[in-house]
Amino acid sequence: MSTVKIWIDNQEMEVPSSYTILDAANDADIYIPRLCFLKDISETSACRLCVVEIEGLNTLKNSCTVKVWDGMKVHTHTKRVNDTVRNNLKLLAANHHFECWVCHREDNCELLELLRRYNVPNTMGENPTFSKKTHYRNISKSLTIDTSKCVLCGRCVSACNYYTGLGILDFNQRGFDTYVAPANNDFIDDAGCIYCGKCIQACPVGALSATSDEDLVIDYLNNDDYYVIAQIAPAVRAALGEEFGNPIGTNVEGKIYRALKKIGFDDITDVNFAADVTIMEEGTELIERIQAHLQGKEAHLPMFTSCSPGWIRYIERYYPEYLPNVSSTKSPQQIQGALIKHIYADMINVPKEKIKVVSFMPCIAKKDEADREEMKDEGVRDVDAVLTTRELARIIKRFGLNFNNLKDYKPESPLATYTGAGAIFGTTGGVMEAALRTVKVFLDKEDEHTIDFTEVRGKDAIKEADLVLNGKTYKIAVVHGAKNFPEMFRRIKENPNKYIFIEFMGCEGGCINGGGQPIVSSRDRETIDVCQLRAKALYTIDAENKIRRSHENPNVVSLYQNYLEKPGSHLAHKLLHTTYSKKEVFGKK
Amino acid sequence: MGKIVITKEKELLLRKKIREHKQKSGPLMPSLHDAQEIFGCIPLEVQKIISEELKISVSKINGVVTFYSRFSLEPKGKHVIGVCLGTACYVKGSQAVLDEICNTLQIKVGETTKDELFSVEATRCVGACGLAPVFTIDGKVYGHATVQSAAKELRRIIDWETGTHEN
Repeated sequence: MSTVKIWIDNQEMEVPSSYTILDAANDADIYIPRLCFLKDISETSACRLCVVEIEGLNTLKNSCTVKVWDGMKVHTHTKRVNDTVRNNLKLLAANHHFECWVCHREDNCELLELLRRYNVPNTMGENPTFSKKTHYRNISKSLTIDTSKCVLCGRCVSACNYYTGLGILDFNQRGFDTYVAPANNDFIDDAGCIYCGKCIQACPVGALSATSDEDLVIDYLNNDDYYVIAQIAPAVRAALGEEFGNPIGTNVEGKIYRALKKIGFDDITDVNFAADVTIMEEGTELIERIQAHLQGKEAHLPMFTSCSPGWIRYIERYYPEYLPNVSSTKSPQQIQGALIKHIYADMINVPKEKIKVVSFMPCIAKKDEADREEMKDEGVRDVDAVLTTRELARIIKRFGLNFNNLKDYKPESPLATYTGAGAIFGTTGGVMEAALRTVKVFLDKEDEHTIDFTEVRGKDAIKEADLVLNGKTYKIAVVHGAKNFPEMFRRIKENPNKYIFIEFMGCEGGCINGGGQPIVSSRDRETIDVCQLRAKALYTIDAENKIRRSHENPNVVSLYQNYLEKPGSHLAHKLLHTTYSKKEVFGKK
Repeated sequence: MGKIVITKEKELLLRKKIREHKQKSGPLMPSLHDAQEIFGCIPLEVQKIISEELKISVSKINGVVTFYSRFSLEPKGKHVIGVCLGTACYVKGSQAVLDEICNTLQIKVGETTKDELFSVEATRCVGACGLAPVFTIDGKVYGHATVQSAAKELRRIIDWETGTHEN
């Protein structure tokens, strides 16, 4: 690798010749502001905030895309550079709709941070003669696009393409009229979006957000007629701490339980329990399909997992011909909701009409999932409101709790007990591993010892492994990140009988990196492997748990003994299974 | 706004043209030109066809369609009137000409009259600055325009279309 010698702010350094000025400055810990830059994802040099002065050149250059050359002398904080950055910020501010106190980015807005750092007066924006752009709002159950806050950096457009390969968001119109939205500002729900929420996490401001249900939940809590039950997803506990200054990957489970109790939830349950139930149902379904296949019947193998609502939206829109392969088992969120409304209600003697189930999810697609027609039983929704991890943090702040000082708490509800298998549902490979732990015991009575299936862990886009059942070898696969789905389908089409079970998750890294998780700043994303740190928290919970197989969860066992009979029973099918259907993209007219 | 009908023949013609363009690099722009010509406009339904063929997302295509003023999302009128708002024409008063035409037709810039006879566009420089201010009707350039001359030309076409003209 050839290196070149350059000077940044009179500091001599030797850097690889493939570096940009920004790379070199990052290495030397020299601060250069930037707004549109997302390493490897969005490097479009659109914001003009990373400009620097290079000796011998007349004009300022953007440091994010200009490569270094030997003998280059760069100045990052001259008066000319500072004035330019400040002016550019003034122009950005002039068109920005400031409502910081209700914005979900109140504490981590990258534009606000820059405006503070450069002490920018909003003279243009506050001048009544300054003509403002036309603003658009595009609000679905899961996602809200509000172009009044957009700075047109293009990070969401790049992230949408990079993470899903679908390109739902793009620039519309030109010049002063440019705005970011689906084609022609068509309803986002209809535009083929899978609600992975990667655009929200790429956005430097609050132009993209999860459609908030915070106020609805607070209304539930304030209404004495309602019995409000919370359920928290596996991945939430591994990330919420970040919103309160804890390092990435801190497990704050006990504090979340305590916070929910203090906020006033009547009962607290854990989605990890439903994850264990999911394994019972999904595992049984897989075994049935394998047996049907061995008897020569049509079995729709490979079976696909159904836990990720982003993935469900994806297959319903882009590969509907494979819908029979998807497990009919509901996702853990919906299973927990159905169990609460139809079984737990009797146990605690509260009429189901009075129960409101609120789930806390790392995901924005869960909001859409809870709203699906298939997820209602005689008009009773399984889950009444879904809040993201970020919204949970905001609610905790709105209630004025000092989160970090809360004492750990453990809820008493039987629906809050879980095994290690339920805990790892939140990471890629977790559903597969949990299922294998149980299926292997069910089918292979001799194999009582295998617990860790490390070959399905890790961050490879598509992980394949062998599964030996009763001496026969099968292939399984794990795929995460929507952009990798076409490759998986290509492999399935090439070799239809190769796989028996495939886990799909819409987000890269699984739920721990979901669209509802705390936003990691663009600069931290360059250096920290967020997925790995958060996943580690879940695997630690698993390793420390005494019970690590779903079917050994004592409360799951008694649930089946007392109510559901056995996995796949008639009642289990009525409550815990669902259907899917083909959906048209840009179909509504 | 009038809706366009996508007939099987037109769709097949477009798909055939796109497949030809696909042989070369940069097939989107020529495909869009063909689509504009075949259908008279490129609404979402047509964009979906192009998206299928080229494996480019509809949003990306729509971004390009709305970027260039040559392409339109809605059908244009029988007569397309363009008023140049380039620098030379603008300082010579083409805005007044544009306002007069919009007032007479009771539409805004970029719109089409209800009877689908007229569309009005504000164009960039048409390269006839010596004749500024200029406007165009169906490609023909009218120079040294005034509010009166524009009104007169417009009246002539309206009369022709409504059959009240005198030969």
